[in-house]
Amino acid sequence: MLQLDNVVIRQQDFSLRANWSVNAGRKVAIIGPSGGGKSTLLAAIAGFVAVSDGRIIADSRDITALPPGARPISLLFQDHNLFAHLSLGDNVALGLSPRLKLSPDQWRKVSESLATVGLEGMEARKPATLSGGQQSRAALARILLMSRPVVLMDEPFSALGPAMKAEMLDLVMKTLGQTKATLLMVTHDPNDAIRLGDQTILLDDGVANAPVDTQTLFADPPAALKAYLG
Amino acid sequence: MLRVAGFTAAGLLALLTLGTLVVVALHAGGTARLIVSDWAAIRFTLTQAVVSAVLSVGIAIPMARALSRRQFVGRGLLITLLGAPFILPVIVAVLGLLAVFGRTGILNQFLGFWGAAPISIYGFSGVVLAHVFFNLPLATRLILQGWGRVPAERFRLAAQLGMGSSAIFRHLEWPMLRTVVPGILVTVFLLCLTSFAVALTLGGGPKATTVELAIYQALRFDFDLPKAALLAMAQFGLCAIAAFVAWSVARPEVRDIALDRPVDRWDSAALSARLGDFLVLSLGAAFLILPLAMISLNGLPHLLDLPQSVFSAAIRSVIVALSAAGLTVFLGLPLAFTIIRSRRVGGLIEASAYLALAASPMVMGTGLFLLLFAWINPAEIALPLTALVNATLSLPFCLRAILPAIRTVEGRYGRLAQSMGVTGFGYFRLILWPNIRPAVGFSAGLTAALSMGDLGVVALFADPDQATLPLVLYRLMSAYKIGAASGAGLLLLGLSLGLFWIFDRGGRLNAAT
Repeated sequence: MLQLDNVVIRQQDFSLRANWSVNAGRKVAIIGPSGGGKSTLLAAIAGFVAVSDGRIIADSRDITALPPGARPISLLFQDHNLFAHLSLGDNVALGLSPRLKLSPDQWRKVSESLATVGLEGMEARKPATLSGGQQSRAALARILLMSRPVVLMDEPFSALGPAMKAEMLDLVMKTLGQTKATLLMVTHDPNDAIRLGDQTILLDDGVANAPVDTQTLFADPPAALKAYLG
Repeated sequence: MLRVAGFTAAGLLALLTLGTLVVVALHAGGTARLIVSDWAAIRFTLTQAVVSAVLSVGIAIPMARALSRRQFVGRGLLITLLGAPFILPVIVAVLGLLAVFGRTGILNQFLGFWGAAPISIYGFSGVVLAHVFFNLPLATRLILQGWGRVPAERFRLAAQLGMGSSAIFRHLEWPMLRTVVPGILVTVFLLCLTSFAVALTLGGGPKATTVELAIYQALRFDFDLPKAALLAMAQFGLCAIAAFVAWSVARPEVRDIALDRPVDRWDSAALSARLGDFLVLSLGAAFLILPLAMISLNGLPHLLDLPQSVFSAAIRSVIVALSAAGLTVFLGLPLAFTIIRSRRVGGLIEASAYLALAASPMVMGTGLFLLLFAWINPAEIALPLTALVNATLSLPFCLRAILPAIRTVEGRYGRLAQSMGVTGFGYFRLILWPNIRPAVGFSAGLTAALSMGDLGVVALFADPDQATLPLVLYRLMSAYKIGAASGAGLLLLGLSLGLFWIFDRGGRLNAAT
C-alpha cells in the first residue's frame, strides 16, 4: 500500500497537495496538464524532492525521511534507464546488488528476468546495440527483478511509437500484474490510462486528487479533465 | 571521506597559490625598490605579450577560416597537430625554431644563398616568434570551434539569399568572431605573460627580459630575496589583472566539437578564395611542422651516443612527470566532487582552482623558496617541488576536462543510481569511473607532458647533479653542444608526446563512451 498523508510539496511559487492512499496491487495512471506537477509528485514519492509537510507511507513504513535508495520503490524514467557502458546483464543485475556482487543463483535470476521481457540470451549486449523498445524491456526486467512493492513510471514509453507503446504497456500489465506491486504511471496520453484499465489520479490546480476508477472518470469527466482532453 | 579529501585538496591548492603569495608579500616590503631595469622588464613583458597575442590571433583567423571551409587529405592530421604545441616542451620548440630561423638555420642558409642579410632570432622578435609558434595553433583550434558553432542552416540561408563572401563575413562570421576573439586574445596574452623558458633561451639581457626571468635572476644569481619577492608581487599584479579580464570577457572552452568535418558553404569556390586558403594553410602548416621535423632530422643521428647524464636526467624527468600526473588525479578528483556536490562552497573552490591559471610558476616557486629555505635547502627537494608545482599549475586544465565529464554522468544517471541504492564507492567504481576515465586519462597525460617539459621551477631549485632533461638540454645548448642537444631534444620530445599518448590512450581504451 502507498499512502500520502496530507502531503504538501512546495517549490518556489508552486505547491501540490495530496491526501490519499492506493491499495497494494493497483495500477494507477496519473494525468493532468503540463506543468501541473505530475513528475514532481513522483519525484517526491521517490525521494528526490523533499515534502514540506505530511508523511509518505509505503509498505506500512513511514518513508518520508528515507534516501531514495532505501525506499521500497523502483523507478522507470523516460530515458537513460540503462547505463550505456554496462552490459544488459550488469544493468539488470544492479537491481539485485548495487556493487554487482551476485551469487550464481542471482545471476540465473537476472537471465530469467531478461527472458520474461523477451530478451533471452542478450546478457552480454550493450544498450547501444538495442532498439528503443528493447531498451525499455531491459529496464522493465530490472524493475521486475527488484520486485519492490511500489513501482513508479514517469512517461515511460513516450519515446516509442504507438504500437510499440501499447505492446510495452501490455507487457507491464502482464508481468507486474503477476506481482503484487503497486504501479503509479505518469502519462500525458489518456489512452495509456484507459489501457492500464484500473484507476486514475487527476492533477488539477495544485491538488493531486484521490485515485478513482478510470472508466467512471472518463465516462463522466469533471470540468478539469474535460479542459485537459480538449 | 571524499569530502575530507576534497577539502584537503582545496586547502593544499590555496596554500600553494594564495599561501605562497602571502609569503611573497611579506618579504616584498623593506628596502627593495624597483629600479630602471625592473621597469624595463615589466614593459618588455607587456609589450611582447600584446604583440604575441595580436599576431597569433590575427594569423589564426584566416587559418581557421581556411580549415573550416576546405576539405583535403591530411586535414584531420593537421588539426590534431595543432594540439601538439600545447604539450610540447618549450625548450624543444626553441631548439626546433633555432634550426629553422637561427643563425645557421635553414632560413638564413637560404637567404645567404641569395646574398640577403641574415636575420637574428634573439631578442624581441625571437620571443614573439616562439610565442606565436605556441599560440597560433591554440588560437586556430579555438576559433575553428567558433566556426563550427555557426549553425549549418545559416550558411544555407546565406546561400539562398545569394550572399557573397563579404556579405557572409559581415552577417555570419564577424558576429561570431566578435564573441570568440576577445576571450582568446586575453588567454594568449595571459599565457605569454608568464613565459619564462622562451625568454631564458631566446631573450635575456637588459632589452629582452621578462618579469619571470628577472625573478629567476634575482633569486638564483643575486640571491636578492626582497627583490625577487617584489618582482613576484609585480608579476602577480599583472597576472591577476589579466586573469580578471579573461574571466569577465569570456572563457574559451577546450572542447572537440565540429572539428571533424568542414562547414558546408557555397561562397568559397572562387579561385582567389581557394588560392588564399591554400597559401595560408601551407604556410601555417610549414611553420608548425618544419621546426618539429628539424628536431627529428638533427637529433636522430645523436640519439644513440648521448652522454650518460642525459639518460639519468631523462629517468628523473619521467619520475617527476609520473608523480605530477598522479598528484593531479589525486587532487583533482576529490576537488571535482567537492565542487559538484557541495552547493555552498563548490563555486568558490571552482573559481579558486581556475585562479591557478593566473599563478605564475616563478611566483609560486619564489613563495615556496622563501617558505622552505629557513628549514631546508630547497635544492634537496627540487624534484618533489617541481612535481607538486606542475601538478597544481595543470589543475585548471584538468578540471576543465574532468568537471564536465562528472556533471554529465551525474545528470544522466545520478537519480537512477540513487534509486537503486548504488552509492559511495560502488557508484564510483561501477558508474562514474567507466564514464570519466577518458577525461582522467587526458588530464594525467596533459600533466605528465607539461611536467616532463617544465623548465621553470626546476631551474629555480635544482642542482646540476639532479637536473631534469629540459635543464640538461638547456645546459647543452648554452655550451653550444648542438649535436648532443639535438639528440636530447628528440628524446625529450618523444618522452613528452609518448607519456601523453600512453595516458590518453589508456583512458580511452575500451572506455564506455
